[in-house]
Amino acid sequence: MSLSATSEVSIEEIPPVGSTGVTGLAPRPDSSPSSRWPQWFQQDQQKAWETFTTLRQPKRNDEPWRFANLKAIDLSDFQLAGPVQDPAALIRRSEGLSKTCAKMIFANDEMIHRDAQGLPNNVLLIPLDQAACEHEDLFRKSFMSSEVRLGSKKFSALHRARLSTGAFLHVPKNVVIEHPIEIWYWVEGEQASIFPHTLIVLEEGASATVIDRFVSAHNERSLAIAVNDLMLGGNSRLTYVGVQNWSDKVTAFHLNTTEVEKDATSTALQMNFGGSYVRGESDSHLLGEGSRSVMLSVNPASGTREIDQRTFQDHFAPRATSDLLYHNSLADSSRTIFAGLIKVEEAAHETDAYQKVRNLMLSDEAEANSMPGLEILADNVRCTHGATSGEVNEDELFYMMARGIPAKQAAQLIVRGFFGTVLERLENEHLQTHLGTLLDRKLNL
Amino acid sequence: MSAPATSTLSIRDLHASIGEKPILKGLSLEIPKGEVHAIMGKNGAGKSTLAKIMAGHPDYTVTSGDVLLDGESILGMEPDVRARLGLFLAFQYPMEIPGVTIANFIRAALQARLPQGEELEATEYYAKLYAKMDALSVPRNFTSRSVNEGFSGGEKKRCEILQMAMLEPSYAVLDETDSGLDIDALKIVSAGVNALRGPNIGMLVITHYQRLLDYIVPDKVHVMSDGRIIHSGDKELALKLEAQGYDWVEKEYADAQSAL
Repeated sequence: MSLSATSEVSIEEIPPVGSTGVTGLAPRPDSSPSSRWPQWFQQDQQKAWETFTTLRQPKRNDEPWRFANLKAIDLSDFQLAGPVQDPAALIRRSEGLSKTCAKMIFANDEMIHRDAQGLPNNVLLIPLDQAACEHEDLFRKSFMSSEVRLGSKKFSALHRARLSTGAFLHVPKNVVIEHPIEIWYWVEGEQASIFPHTLIVLEEGASATVIDRFVSAHNERSLAIAVNDLMLGGNSRLTYVGVQNWSDKVTAFHLNTTEVEKDATSTALQMNFGGSYVRGESDSHLLGEGSRSVMLSVNPASGTREIDQRTFQDHFAPRATSDLLYHNSLADSSRTIFAGLIKVEEAAHETDAYQKVRNLMLSDEAEANSMPGLEILADNVRCTHGATSGEVNEDELFYMMARGIPAKQAAQLIVRGFFGTVLERLENEHLQTHLGTLLDRKLNL
Repeated sequence: MSAPATSTLSIRDLHASIGEKPILKGLSLEIPKGEVHAIMGKNGAGKSTLAKIMAGHPDYTVTSGDVLLDGESILGMEPDVRARLGLFLAFQYPMEIPGVTIANFIRAALQARLPQGEELEATEYYAKLYAKMDALSVPRNFTSRSVNEGFSGGEKKRCEILQMAMLEPSYAVLDETDSGLDIDALKIVSAGVNALRGPNIGMLVITHYQRLLDYIVPDKVHVMSDGRIIHSGDKELALKLEAQGYDWVEKEYADAQSAL
């Protein structure tokens, strides 16, 4: 396949942006990053750009944006990111798990490092653009293939239009990858915007663990619109963790779709450590009988951070399980928003669906909004959902202080424990320990 | 044979209340290091309240009197400061702390006793922890379990004694340590407590039943009623209370008071 074909979009062809005001993100004829992509995808991107410019900004009355700070999603002064200054330094700083079997590092949407030697031969861990060229059918079938249903259609279109590269993991039938794969996405530059993308396809019986890490090179105000799509074939196992550690000034979107076939299990955890406004959308499709999706999130919010999470547990097949557990701690004047829907379609008998959101309030100025929802069209299902908000338990605090632990540290330990119960759900001691250390650092323990 | 004020836990004419309600009404007690004292009494006598007040529970207000630890008043100190000075309370109902492992919990407690900047030595810590766990028949895999979460009554109490063994307090108050224990668990817990007895620790054992005192034999027994100590004696007193109940002591006390 030829890689030379490019279709550079001249500035004249761009529809007027009008109220969207995002000229800084418009395609630039001089430095088109799309040159690595096949022709058909470039056309696709052009259409996506049109979609982006056509769709209006979310408004206050739009249900999927209820309670959200709409000012935060005004993208008008962001620019496409240029090359980073010192890729070698970022590679050095990409220190995560002690034991991985493959690593990819992206900086401002360019791949700056790839080590996949520890992977079995027939496993693909390649840049997305390469996947589009060399594995077109596979790519077309799995790349952003389902409808964006949780509100960010416009931003998803922008992601597709401005996508430069990303990670594509394909694990063939019955191949088990023992150690985690770690993928780093760095952003550098004031007002820079990046579009990280991780696409994971597990064939029948395959198994893998993937950690995405999202990091700012400096304390800068940037934009990230990240997409991760997790496609699980029958009887496969995936553990996916997104460790979001953007600077406190970043506006970030983390948009996920998970599709789980028969008897497969997806366990996905999103940890939000940074960002100014962070929008998370997680859409799980329980497609096969006996499939399982565990949806976890750990959000230690502080400062003025806003974490805005929307989720969908959509059961299409019988005897499937979805299990959502989100824990938020809210210090200072931070805000969280959770809106989640469990939907049990007509055919999905004997569904087990759980949804639990817990808000640990650490400040009177903080604000937690929870909107759980249920829609059941099948018989004989077991669904529970609930959201709780509470403060640090005084009796627990007294108990710990009676052991000599100072109040502040005791409270931190309680918060740490509150998140620890979510990490336990990964059922992976190595990961749990590592992520626990990150949490300790965040909570100053 | 009274110990010098510098090595006793001394409660002096203590009055305390919760809200407007007086709970302790002039309670006095001396527990020298090296001795084990027991407090017995009916439900509602204020036994557990005394334990909480000594530990500094914020719900209670001390209205007068004092509690001195080795001669130093601990009233007005935060609970953690009291604990670091050497006071330990084994809880009647130990709290569950989800997600905080026993190993991390005890380590944080020990770390808090070290000077700023000094780190607890991990290898030594685990060696000691495992040794104490073995002695108390606490399975080693408990270190990675959340504090008290999903524990049986016996496991919780053993875990309290484990913490006591690790923190090596100079004074320990054991609040109803026997409640909810079957005889086997009671023997293990008592053996654990007895192993910690010695010249460097004073203990106050609060109990409802004489049974515990068969295993943790006290030097002195005190009877508490309506927020005061109304009678003290040696270990035989516990047997008498078991056989005859509390009415006779209360009557004796009432007679003595009216004679004043």
